[in-house]
Amino acid sequence: MSTFKRNSVVVAIAAAALAACAGQPPAPGQRPAFGAAVSANEIARWDISIPPSGAGLPAGSGDAKRGEAVYVAQCQACHGPKGAGKPADPLVGGAGSLATGKPMRTVGSFWPYATTLFDYTRRAMPLNKPLSLTNDEVYAVTAYVLYLNGIIRENAQMNAQTLPQVKMPNRDGFVNVSK
Amino acid sequence: MNRRTFLARGAAVTGVAASAGLATGANAQDLAGQPWERVYGAGFTGYGQPSRFEQPVMRHIGRPYGDLAPGSGASLVPIESLDGIITPSGLHNIRSHSGTPDIDPKQHQLLLHGLVARPLMFSMDALWRYPMTTRTYFLECSGNSNRALAPQPAQVPAGAMHGNIACSEWTGVPLRMLLEEAGLLPQAKWLLAEGADSAHMSRSVPIEKAMDDAMIALYQNGERLRPEQGYPVRLLLPGWEGNMSVKWLRRIKLTEAPTYTKDETSKYTDLQPDGRALQFTFEMGVKSVITRPSSTMKLPRAGFYEISGIAWSGAGRIRRVEVSTDGGATWADATLTGEERPKSLVRFRLPWEWTGKEAVLQSRATDEKGQVQPTRTAWRAQYSPGNIYHNHSIVSWSVGADGSVKNVYV
Repeated sequence: MSTFKRNSVVVAIAAAALAACAGQPPAPGQRPAFGAAVSANEIARWDISIPPSGAGLPAGSGDAKRGEAVYVAQCQACHGPKGAGKPADPLVGGAGSLATGKPMRTVGSFWPYATTLFDYTRRAMPLNKPLSLTNDEVYAVTAYVLYLNGIIRENAQMNAQTLPQVKMPNRDGFVNVSK
Repeated sequence: MNRRTFLARGAAVTGVAASAGLATGANAQDLAGQPWERVYGAGFTGYGQPSRFEQPVMRHIGRPYGDLAPGSGASLVPIESLDGIITPSGLHNIRSHSGTPDIDPKQHQLLLHGLVARPLMFSMDALWRYPMTTRTYFLECSGNSNRALAPQPAQVPAGAMHGNIACSEWTGVPLRMLLEEAGLLPQAKWLLAEGADSAHMSRSVPIEKAMDDAMIALYQNGERLRPEQGYPVRLLLPGWEGNMSVKWLRRIKLTEAPTYTKDETSKYTDLQPDGRALQFTFEMGVKSVITRPSSTMKLPRAGFYEISGIAWSGAGRIRRVEVSTDGGATWADATLTGEERPKSLVRFRLPWEWTGKEAVLQSRATDEKGQVQPTRTAWRAQYSPGNIYHNHSIVSWSVGADGSVKNVYV
């Protein structure tokens, strides 16, 4: 009997020590939750993706004339004069080539949404200094590339309202199979 | 050779003779023993490296833009030199669009926002606190094997064509756990995953996959991710085209619809012969490739060889791999290792007695959904000649009478 009591005391002390060291185990149904609240202002500084609706496009505007200057300064060294390509990918041409044995996929011949051009240029270009262009510069150089492909007029202003309305030539060239 | 040397060598080779009491009494310096057995070995190192004799086992690096963009392109696994299932972390395939960023985990954060009840910011210290799961998954770039679509078969090692595939043990937090913490709104049908590389590479993912087996991966093969694999945190979408498993993950935005990013419109869509492109072909097809013997190797003599290779399917488990040594006329079942693991590499093996005559080696995988790896001809018929994605067709290696192994189209 005395042995039993002694053992009980030892077990109780051990349990208390465990609880003190390890903290309380989570209650059933309780989940770990370590994410921190974040403000709308902070989210706005992070959110750079632009869907086809244009939601999230910033203020600012630009046309192909202004965009040509941006292009020559920031893009031409890699993408060639007037988007012709070399050493990096061409940005123009390829119209009518998709169903041939030598398809050429460019902004003009293949890209389905103009918003993607703004999104990608802002997030990734120029290669050696992304996130460095002003919003006006991104709109302007986007306009220039669209103009080079004959999609918009030279004086067309690209901004948050007009850019999502640009109908790309290959807009209907995709089959959604989602598999 | 004097008598003493002869006896010493005999003792070394025939242990039975030595134990039977025929020892020669040779001095220690005359006993068998390589130079490295006669000097004290190297000391400890903090992080081990392969033997210097394995230095030729290197990734096959493809840089389409050369020095202009040295971190844009792909680095392929030397599958011809490896065996087993797990790819060493330092040889894992890499597909990067703007190089490998140098991320400080104390500064890096992951934002989860959009159509959620509670937008959340996660520090790395926070992510490392969650309960983890560990799984073995392959990662294959959807551009893998595009070099095998060239008009003429390239005579390069197997990995240089088919090595944009690797398999690791991944440990991390189920994405579902973080999404439930943030609280999905009913309209949330997709999410955008975005990296912290200088391309901010981004892809749209349907919510069903995110809630199924998607993982916020933190560890690879037991250690924290390598920078080339997304350190300190990457998305992992088992079985789906590799570039969706966004590395250096910095943001997840819940959306109603796909965002149609550059890398899911102008790239990673599959051009058909009619000029229209299939969009959102996420799952990687059932596939296999013989890694030994393979292209550019040479069999020194007729006799026994083990045919060995890797198989995988984005749909789940591999059920069967068949091997042909006569260009597909007859097939034999290979033995499998790892077939209980879904969306993992599987190792297959088949003993082969090479008679010294010309042979064409092929492997053909079948997955648990009953999908069978197609022939190259059947696969190509579905697409434009310009399509470079999702080639999972049968690979053929010819063995010449001289033992040289070549890449051939059958």
